[in-house]
Amino acid sequence: MEALARLGAGWIRAVRHLGRALLLLLRILEGQSELLQRPRLLLEQLFSVGVLTVLIIAVSGLFVGMVLSLQGYYILSQFAAESALGVMVAASLLRELGPVVTALLFAGRAGSALTAEIGLMKATEQLSGLEMMAVDPVRRVLAPRFLAGFLAMPLLAALFSALGVLGGWFVGVGLLGVDDGTWWVQMQARIDWNEDLANGVIKSLVFGFVCTWIAVFQGYNSLPTSAGVSRATTRTVVHSSLAVLGLDFVLTALMFK
Amino acid sequence: MRQGQEVSVAGSRPPGEPMLVKIRDLHFSRGDRKIFDGVDIDIPRGRVTAIMGPSGTGKTTLLKLIGGQLTPDRGTIEVDGLNVHTLGRRELYRLRMRMGMLFQSGALLTDLDVFENVAYPLREHTRLSESMLRKLVLLKLEAVGLRGARHLMPAELSGGMARRVALARAMALDPMMIMYDEPFTGQDPISMGVLVKLIRQLNDAARLTSILVSHDVEETCAIADLVYVISDGRVIEQGPPQQLLESGSDWTRQFMHGLPDGPVPFHYPAPNLARDLFRGAA
Repeated sequence: MEALARLGAGWIRAVRHLGRALLLLLRILEGQSELLQRPRLLLEQLFSVGVLTVLIIAVSGLFVGMVLSLQGYYILSQFAAESALGVMVAASLLRELGPVVTALLFAGRAGSALTAEIGLMKATEQLSGLEMMAVDPVRRVLAPRFLAGFLAMPLLAALFSALGVLGGWFVGVGLLGVDDGTWWVQMQARIDWNEDLANGVIKSLVFGFVCTWIAVFQGYNSLPTSAGVSRATTRTVVHSSLAVLGLDFVLTALMFK
Repeated sequence: MRQGQEVSVAGSRPPGEPMLVKIRDLHFSRGDRKIFDGVDIDIPRGRVTAIMGPSGTGKTTLLKLIGGQLTPDRGTIEVDGLNVHTLGRRELYRLRMRMGMLFQSGALLTDLDVFENVAYPLREHTRLSESMLRKLVLLKLEAVGLRGARHLMPAELSGGMARRVALARAMALDPMMIMYDEPFTGQDPISMGVLVKLIRQLNDAARLTSILVSHDVEETCAIADLVYVISDGRVIEQGPPQQLLESGSDWTRQFMHGLPDGPVPFHYPAPNLARDLFRGAA
């Protein structure tokens, strides 16, 4: 009986948590209109959330493309289908690895930084200070960070995929001897604008929305102590990663049925 | 008579004195712990009113309730005739523009320098030209003696300097009242002396109303016109500092003179020592 009560209490806590997150999201969306009058707030956050994440995304994209090309070559060469290597690398990156790995890296680099920054602002009473200056911290602090994360994710995913294709080309064409012309012509002919490219962009927009929402909510909802901020940062990475992987399955099932 | 200027009859204050803040039957709890259990407080206009009491009695919570950051379980808080907790977000923010608050930590925005911290509320709420804004910020910083520190970042300031910058920021919009949350905690004697002098001077020069939350008896009594002592969720005693220093109440005497034992025991409630020591496990 006690276990049942504990289970019930856990569910109530989870639903309450989700309700708070939804209410915060509504306030953040409501605050977006103000960013039109203060574009500088958004630009600052685009730099901090997007530009500062470029290096890890670029390096990871390059290596993921190289590994993909290497593994793909060994499998495809068994069926004398090395000419399809470029298509395989590009499709894998655009449909799956680009959006998913970018989102996982984003959660680890930018998401955790967002949570820690907002959590520390709360712990050091900066958010309370803003409230007492009649400045809404949701509009000034959370809304620009949310929009910056949402906009940065597809751009970062595009960079990841582009560098992944170049890394794959370097290994496939440069090191393993796949024909250069075949690599690009096959890719051009077989990669579909809607099926591959647009679906990848939609995925990264959804992941950007969810990852940034989780990050700002965890920061805003964190306990104002060092342990509280640390736990919130961990939760951001764990929840975002699980949400990305779960949503990826759902989106893939809907897009490629 | 304006709505916020009702006459107070409580304590030893002069009859007919206008009140800026009126707290009635305030109840507030955190979880199972009762913080306030039917508190009535009047804050007169133009005076420095101190709220004193031991740590953990809810002094900071009281300021957050007055500022509308927390909502009471029961009771009302009126500021300048407005019931804080029935106001919509927009009206509350308009009221807050007329309230300044000095947080214990200073609460300065860490990515802005001293000048920009003080300029922040002006940039948010006014459309002043850059040259007018600069003049105003420099005047506010001059008032707290930190005009020369305007290019420093918050991380480069001492605790006392950070609070003075926060005080300049709290005054930026020329509020009608300022709330000070433990302004003297952790200050060296010089910073403490500076802050004590500043609070009194600014209150009188800018015709402010000041609410000072503190447990530093000597410094607070030196500048307060009126003191409320709170403990266990209730107002224990109120009156001018001298009256409380000479109070016949055991509790007030223990607090005001810092006696180690009295109605507030030295020991936290615990079972008998011998039984506790020889019982074995903790």
